[in-house]
Amino acid sequence: MSRGRSRRRVGGLVVRYGLLLIVAAVFVVPLLVMFVGSVKPDRDVLTESTSLKAFWPTQIENNYADAIATSQFGRLLANSLIVSGSVVLLGTFVNSMAGYALAWVPFKGRRLLLGVVVALVIVPFQAVAIPLLLIVSNLQIVDSYLVQILPFIASPFFIFLFYSFFLGLPRELFEASRIDGAGVVRAYISIALPLIKPAIATSAILSFLASWGGLLWPVMVTRSVDVRPVTVGLSQVAGFLPTQWGDIMAMSVAISLPILVVFLIFQPAFIRSIASSGLKG
Amino acid sequence: MTSAEATQTPGAGRQSNEGAIFLIAPAVVLLVAFLIIPFLLAIGLSLTSQRLVSPLPLRFVGLENYARTLSDPAFWQALSNNVSFALVVPTTQTVLGLGLALMVNQPLRGITIFRTIYFLPVVMVLAVVSVLWRLLFAQGGMINAGIGAVAGGSFEVNWLHDPALAFPAVMIMSIWQNVGFQMILLLAGLQAIPADLYEAARVDGANGRQLFRHITLPGVRNTLIFVMTISVVTSFLLFDQPYVMTGGGPAGATQTLMLLMTQVGFVEQRIGQASAIAVIFFVIVLGVALISRRFGPRMSEAN
Repeated sequence: MSRGRSRRRVGGLVVRYGLLLIVAAVFVVPLLVMFVGSVKPDRDVLTESTSLKAFWPTQIENNYADAIATSQFGRLLANSLIVSGSVVLLGTFVNSMAGYALAWVPFKGRRLLLGVVVALVIVPFQAVAIPLLLIVSNLQIVDSYLVQILPFIASPFFIFLFYSFFLGLPRELFEASRIDGAGVVRAYISIALPLIKPAIATSAILSFLASWGGLLWPVMVTRSVDVRPVTVGLSQVAGFLPTQWGDIMAMSVAISLPILVVFLIFQPAFIRSIASSGLKG
Repeated sequence: MTSAEATQTPGAGRQSNEGAIFLIAPAVVLLVAFLIIPFLLAIGLSLTSQRLVSPLPLRFVGLENYARTLSDPAFWQALSNNVSFALVVPTTQTVLGLGLALMVNQPLRGITIFRTIYFLPVVMVLAVVSVLWRLLFAQGGMINAGIGAVAGGSFEVNWLHDPALAFPAVMIMSIWQNVGFQMILLLAGLQAIPADLYEAARVDGANGRQLFRHITLPGVRNTLIFVMTISVVTSFLLFDQPYVMTGGGPAGATQTLMLLMTQVGFVEQRIGQASAIAVIFFVIVLGVALISRRFGPRMSEAN
């Protein structure tokens, strides 16, 4: 009797894990194809993808060196890193400062401003991209780092995120600093900033992902390899015929690896951050 | 809000005001320059003949750009693609996401590894996922081979060059990429359901299906509405996948509002016309957001 039950339990476990593993394969196999393909010769990537050879390179080719040599991929990576790094760094300060002021510093028109920020959350960047293209063209700042950074620093969503987070902190902290005679700016730096690390992590993760993966805006405002980000470079190389699958997979790995590594290290923060947004669809 | 108002003491004088201006000015300047002005400009430009570079003088054309957009077959093809995406992808994603959430909510050893794996594509860059799936969907590629193996014959279709299959291919790839997002939110919803509800129902003799219908589903109802809303809104932002996988082709089969907008505004440099598309796009997004607010909770209440 008890042996039958335990055998049934083991059977149930096998079914459960089996199902979990099959579903896991659906998510992992494409990524494996990408990693293995990045060291295969161009023609093997597609022809070998229909057999178990998809997961093992029969011949090794260094597509990374190839992508760096022919597409200046190193430059593209540096460009993306500069743009995304600037957006994250400047955005953290600008948005948290605004959120702090909205939450804790009394000033005229604060409620109105808060209302405007909340209303602006609904406006997607895509809705303003075309007029913005006209503006930056007239200002002659297209094809620069600046044009890729400036529009994405201030974000109503992140301002509101910081605002909500600050409201959750005990009021006494900020009142005490006011009695001390510390200026609001000093209170922001010495008291507020150290307390909002989780909110900073969320905004940093989300704005990095959005900036690093951004495609629509850089397609319109970058022309030269000097400022072009990896996403535009990848989509250009992907358009060449015959398709250089090896190079494409190598570029894909190089674009994904930094995010995947950071994700695997800071998983809980990552998942919490993305769950708090509607990042992609 | 209330606690913030409470700090507004009469004594807080000019010093605070100056500090506040210093703190808030950068955000205000940037939001005005890169969001508010362009937004108002979109409405204004949509009524003009504005081009990106043009020797011709600017003309006020009234609603001509809207009339032209609404009589353009490419616009209707784009809109109908976005709408069918919004009908198919969020629903499928949410159903599959709930299934995955139930799977990874089992009290099994190592279950967090599976959660991580199912979530992996969500953090990937869309352009990368798109080139990857171009490889999988290629003729002689893995997906055709897989279908052939299951069906027990050889299967060969050209997914991304077949007008009937290209957009479904974009949908399949998008579902794969983002289903982990739905899963994580629904998992949080599942875990918020009190365990004693299940206990009590089991004591009353409820079976698994009844538990699911009368406890699980009502328990995650708000989360379901929330994730559906988000993915319906993002359905109208669809750009990266068709841009990289198909370029909107074949024969406009994967055209979307955002592809059309960049085509008209950037490639053809017709800013006025593209602004009209942007305004129509914004009205749609706003409409979806307002409708969904009537049905369910907002973000803050969902979890």
